[in-house]
Amino acid sequence: MALDSKIPAGPLGEKWTKHKGEIPLVSPANKRLIDVIVVGTGLAGSSAAASLAEMGYNVKAFCFQDSPRRAHSIAAQGGINAAKNYQNDGDSVYRLFYDTIKGGDYRSREANVHRLAEVSRNIIDQCVAQGVPFARDYGGLLDNRSFGGVQVSRTFYAKGQTGQQLLLGAYSALNRQIAKGRVKMYARHEMQELVVVGGKARGIIAKNLVTGELERHSAHAILLCTGGYGNVFFLSTNAMGSNVTAAWKAHRKGAYMANPCFTQIHPTCIPVSGENQSKLTLMSESLRNDGRIWVPAKKEDAEAIRAGKLHPNDIAEENRDYYLERRYPAFGNLVPRDVASRAAKERCDAGYGVNKTGEAVYLDFAAAIVRYGKEEALVKGVNNPSDTDIKALGEKVVEAKYGNLFQMYEKITASNPYKEPMMIYPAVHYTMGGLWVDYNLMTSIPGCFALGEANFSDHGANRLGASALMQGLADGYFVAPYTVGEFLSKDIRTGAISTDSPEFEEAEKAVRERTDKFINNNGTKSVDFFHKRLGKIMWTEVGMARNEKGLKQAIADIQALREEFYADVRVLGSANGMNPELDKAGRVADLIELGELMAKDALQRNESCGGHFREEYQSEEGEALRDDKNFAFVSAWEFTGVPAEAKLHKEELTFENVELKTRSYK
Amino acid sequence: MASTSKGLFGSSLARKYWMAATGLFLCSFLVGHLLGNLQLFVTGEEGKLAFNEYGHFMTTFPVVKILSYVTYISILLHTVDGIMLARQNRAARPVKYLKENQAANASWASRKMALLGILTLFFIVVHMKSFWYEMHWGALEKDANGNKDLWTLTVTAFEQWWYTAFYVLALTGLAFHLSHGAQSAFQTLGINHPKYTPFISKTMVAFAWLIPAGFIAVAVFLFVVQPGQSL
Amino acid sequence: MDLTLKIWRQAGPEAKGELKTYPISGVEEDMSFLEMLDYLNEQLIDQGIEPVVFDHDCREGICGMCSLFINGEAHGPGRKITTCQLHMREFKSGDTIYIEPFRAKAFPIIKDLMVDRSAFDRIQRAGGFISVNTSGNTIDANAIPVPKENADRAFDAATCIGCGACVATCKNSSAMLFASAKISQFSLLPQGQPEAKERVLNMVHQMDLEGFGNCTNTGACEVECPKGISLENIARMNRDYLFASFSSNK
Repeated sequence: MALDSKIPAGPLGEKWTKHKGEIPLVSPANKRLIDVIVVGTGLAGSSAAASLAEMGYNVKAFCFQDSPRRAHSIAAQGGINAAKNYQNDGDSVYRLFYDTIKGGDYRSREANVHRLAEVSRNIIDQCVAQGVPFARDYGGLLDNRSFGGVQVSRTFYAKGQTGQQLLLGAYSALNRQIAKGRVKMYARHEMQELVVVGGKARGIIAKNLVTGELERHSAHAILLCTGGYGNVFFLSTNAMGSNVTAAWKAHRKGAYMANPCFTQIHPTCIPVSGENQSKLTLMSESLRNDGRIWVPAKKEDAEAIRAGKLHPNDIAEENRDYYLERRYPAFGNLVPRDVASRAAKERCDAGYGVNKTGEAVYLDFAAAIVRYGKEEALVKGVNNPSDTDIKALGEKVVEAKYGNLFQMYEKITASNPYKEPMMIYPAVHYTMGGLWVDYNLMTSIPGCFALGEANFSDHGANRLGASALMQGLADGYFVAPYTVGEFLSKDIRTGAISTDSPEFEEAEKAVRERTDKFINNNGTKSVDFFHKRLGKIMWTEVGMARNEKGLKQAIADIQALREEFYADVRVLGSANGMNPELDKAGRVADLIELGELMAKDALQRNESCGGHFREEYQSEEGEALRDDKNFAFVSAWEFTGVPAEAKLHKEELTFENVELKTRSYK
Repeated sequence: MASTSKGLFGSSLARKYWMAATGLFLCSFLVGHLLGNLQLFVTGEEGKLAFNEYGHFMTTFPVVKILSYVTYISILLHTVDGIMLARQNRAARPVKYLKENQAANASWASRKMALLGILTLFFIVVHMKSFWYEMHWGALEKDANGNKDLWTLTVTAFEQWWYTAFYVLALTGLAFHLSHGAQSAFQTLGINHPKYTPFISKTMVAFAWLIPAGFIAVAVFLFVVQPGQSL
Repeated sequence: MDLTLKIWRQAGPEAKGELKTYPISGVEEDMSFLEMLDYLNEQLIDQGIEPVVFDHDCREGICGMCSLFINGEAHGPGRKITTCQLHMREFKSGDTIYIEPFRAKAFPIIKDLMVDRSAFDRIQRAGGFISVNTSGNTIDANAIPVPKENADRAFDAATCIGCGACVATCKNSSAMLFASAKISQFSLLPQGQPEAKERVLNMVHQMDLEGFGNCTNTGACEVECPKGISLENIARMNRDYLFASFSSNK
C-alpha cells in the first residue's frame, strides 16, 4: 500500500482551517448510531473520548489502570507550550511551528506541526475554562517559563505537576460524559487484539484484568491513545504498566510503525543506583532554567569524587567545566534534550562522571540561589544582607519554584539539593516514533486512528520540552474529533457491528492461545528476567549512541532472547482472575518484537538526527551529521510475519516553508 | 446505614453539624453551670442560703427553664447522633487492620471521642440522679428561706472520697472530650481561616481544660474543707 | 539487610485472607519499598509461589496507584510520600514489616494487597467538573484574572492524587479529605462558581452512598496524605455544604 499522508493543499497557515471546513459532517441523529472505541485515557485518550461523546458519538473508553485519571500523562512535570505570546517576547504560531520543526531535526511533517502550533492556543483557553489551576503571577494572569531549545517563555505550568493538572482537567471532561452515559468507561481493562473486518478496524478484544475474562467490543472506529514504548528499555521514566501492546497489535494487523528508532533520552533524570532498580525518575527540564550543569574540569577531581574523597562544593569555580555553556554559548543549559543528553554521555565516557558508577553529572543551583537571594533582599529592603541571609532568601525562591521536585529528589537520593548539587544522568523518556498516521491521524488500517505519543507525527527525531502535553491534548480535543468525521461520514448506514463474526472469533482465539501458552509454559525464569535483559541490549546498542556493528548484534541478541523467552518464561497462577504476571508477559512479548524493529530501523537510517545518533555520522566536534539528501523521509514499517522481515515504506518529507539547516545551538 | 439524603437532615455532614451545634451549646451550658458552682466556695450559712436561692431561681425562672429544656434536647441529640455516627464509622471498616499505628497521626482524645462521650454520659446520668432528680422530685428539706436545701445535698455528696474521685475522673474525661471536640466543632461548621483558626483552636483547648478544672477545683475544695461538718 | 515480611494474602474478593510470613534477605537500602516487593516476588516465582499482587504504576509518587498499609500507616512511615517513594533506608536489618491492604468497606479487596478504589471515580463523576464544552472556543485564558493566592490554593487542593491514604488512615474510613480537595479546587476558582452549590451537594451525597465513614476531625488524613492536602479543605466543604443546603433552589 502506498503511503498517502493526505496533507491538504494550500498555504501552510490555511491548510487546517480549510481542511476542517471541508471534512464531511455527520448529522447528530447519525452520530448516535456510531460507536467509537478509545483505548487509553491519558491526555489524548481522555480528551478524545470526552470530545467525541460530547459531539454525540457513543464512546467506549478503556484503560488498564484502576482509574482513567492515573494514565502516565499524569507524571509530566514541567509544562505545556502554547503560542500565546502573553509575555510579549516575540512568540507566534509560526515561531512555535519553526522551533518544533527545528527541534525535531527536520524529520516531522510541516503541515501537522503547524496545525499543532495553531491549536496550542485553544488548549490553554480550554484548560483554564475547565478549572486547571495554572500558575499565575501577582496580577492574576497566567505565568510562563522557558524550556529547552527555544528562546521565548511560552510554557504554561502548574508547579511541577502540569501533567497531573491537565489530565485531571481532561478526566473531569470525561467524567462529565460518563455521568451522562455518553461514555462507557472500562477501567482495569487492557486491549489484547485489534479486530479488522473487511479491511477496516471494527473492534477490539479486551481483557478484564480483574476477572481475566476476554471481552469483544465492536465499533466503527478505534482510537489508539496508548502512549509510547519507552519501557522497551526496561529502565525508563515511563510507568511500570506503560506498554506497546495495543499499538503493536495494530501493527501486526497492518498499521505501519513509523520511525520506531526515534527515542528521546531525557538529560535530567536521577541516575541509576542499583541492580534492582525498577524505574527512573525524571527531574523536570524546567530545572535547567536555573540549574547549571557541570563536571569537574580535571579528571583527578572526578576520580576523587567517585572515590568519595572530595565533595563537589569544594571544587573551585575555575576547576568546574560547565560544558553546555562552553559548547553551546547561545542556548547554554537550555539546549534541546538530545543535545544535552549526548553532551553528558560524552563527558562521562571521557571519565568525568561524578557518582559511583561514573554515570552522572551535576545540576547545580548554588548560583541561582545567590542570584534570587540578592533580588529578594532588594525587594524586601534588607540592607547589607550576609551571605547566609542571601542564601536563605534565595532558597525560599527556589523552593517556591521547584519545591516539590527538590523534595522528590531528596526522598529518592537522601541528599539535599539546596546544599549540594543534584546528580543527574540521561534516561529514556519518550518515543517520537509510533504508529504511522496521515494528516487525519488515521493509521494505515482504515478506521484505526492513533493519537498522542502513540503516533509518530509531530516531533520528528526529537521532541522539545513541554510539547508532549500540547500534542496529546491537541490530538484529543481539537484534531481527531474533527478528522474522524472523514472516515465515519461513510459509515452512517453501516449499523451496529456484530461481535459474532469470524473475525472476532479468530481474534479472541488468538488471545486465548497466547494466554494459555504462557500459563502452561512451565519455564524457569520470571518475566522481569527477560525484560531486564531486553532493556540491557536496547540501552547498550540502541540507546544514546548507535553503530552498525552494535545494531546488528542487537538484532541477533533480541532474536535469541525472544526464542528463549517463549521457551523458558514462567508465569504462575491462572488465566481466570487478576494475574499481573500474565499481563506483564504479554506486554514483554510485544516489547521484544518491537525492540528488534527499532534496531532494524536504526540500522537503516545512516545518518544522525535528533535522538538518533549514529557514531559513524558525526562531525569532528562530535555533533550530529544529518543527511537530508538521502534520509529526509519517514520510515514506515509494514509487518510481514516477523520483525526481521518488516518491509520499509518511505514517506518523503517536503519542506516548503522552512529551510533545512544544520541545527545549531551554539 | 449510609446516609442517603442531601441537605440539613440525613446527610453525613448534617449529622456532624448537629453534633457540633449541640456540642457548642453544651459548652456554653458548662460555663453557666460552673458560674453557679463557684458559689460553693462561699462557706457557712450565708453561702448555703445564697446557693439554695440560686437553685430555686434556676429551677423556676422561665427563661432558664426553656434553656434547660434545650440542654436536655442537646444532650439527647448529641448522644443519639453520636451513637449513629459511631455505628456508621464502625460499619465503614468491616475488616480491621492487624497492625495499626494511630498514635503516629492523631491525638488520643480525637480517636476516643465515642468512649469519652459514653463516659461523660454515664457521669451525667449519675450526676443528674444525685442532684437534678433529688432537686425536682426528691424529699429535700427546706432551708431558713424556705428554699430546697440543695447545698447540703451537694456538700454531703462530696464529703465521700469515692464520689469526689469519680467526679474528678469523669471531668478529666470530659476535659479530654472537649480538648478535641470544642475546637473541632468550628472545623465541622466550616469556620476555618488561616488568620483566625490558630486563635480559635488555642482558646477552645484552653476552654477545654479550664472549665473542667474549675469544676474539679470546687469538688476538691468541698472534699478538703468539708463545709457541711461546720454547720 | 534481612527482614521479616508479614503480608496479607487473599486469593480473591470473596476469599478468606490471612497474614503470611516471608523472610527476605539481601535487601538494599537504595531500593524503594516496591522494588523490595519486586525482589520478593522474583524469589517467590523461583520457589513456585504466586507473587504478591499490589497496585503500582508510575513509581514516582504522582499516579496515586500504589497503596499499602505498612506497619500500621498508609504508605508506611515517612511523611508526604507514597509507598513508591518510601525507601528501604527507613528500615533496619532485623525489622518485621506488616503489609496490609487499604481497608474500608468502600475499597473492597480485589486480590492480596490490591483494592478497588472506583468509589473515588464515582464521587468525581457526581460533579467534579465544570460543564464546559471541549470546543476550545471559550473565552481567552487571561480574560478572568484569578488572584494568585486563590490560584495557588486551588492548585494545592488539586494536587490530590486520589490514592485513598486518607480513607485508609482515617479510623472511620472517611473520604472527606479527598472529596473536599476535589470540591475546593473548583470552589476557589471563578470558573467553578456557577455549579458550586449543586457540586458540593451532589458530591457529598455520592460520598455518603459509597459507604465511607464520617469525619471526626482527628487530622490523621492530613498527616498521612502524600501531597499534604490541608484540613482547611474539609472546613471549606463543610461551609459550602451548609450554605448550599440553605440556599440551593432544589
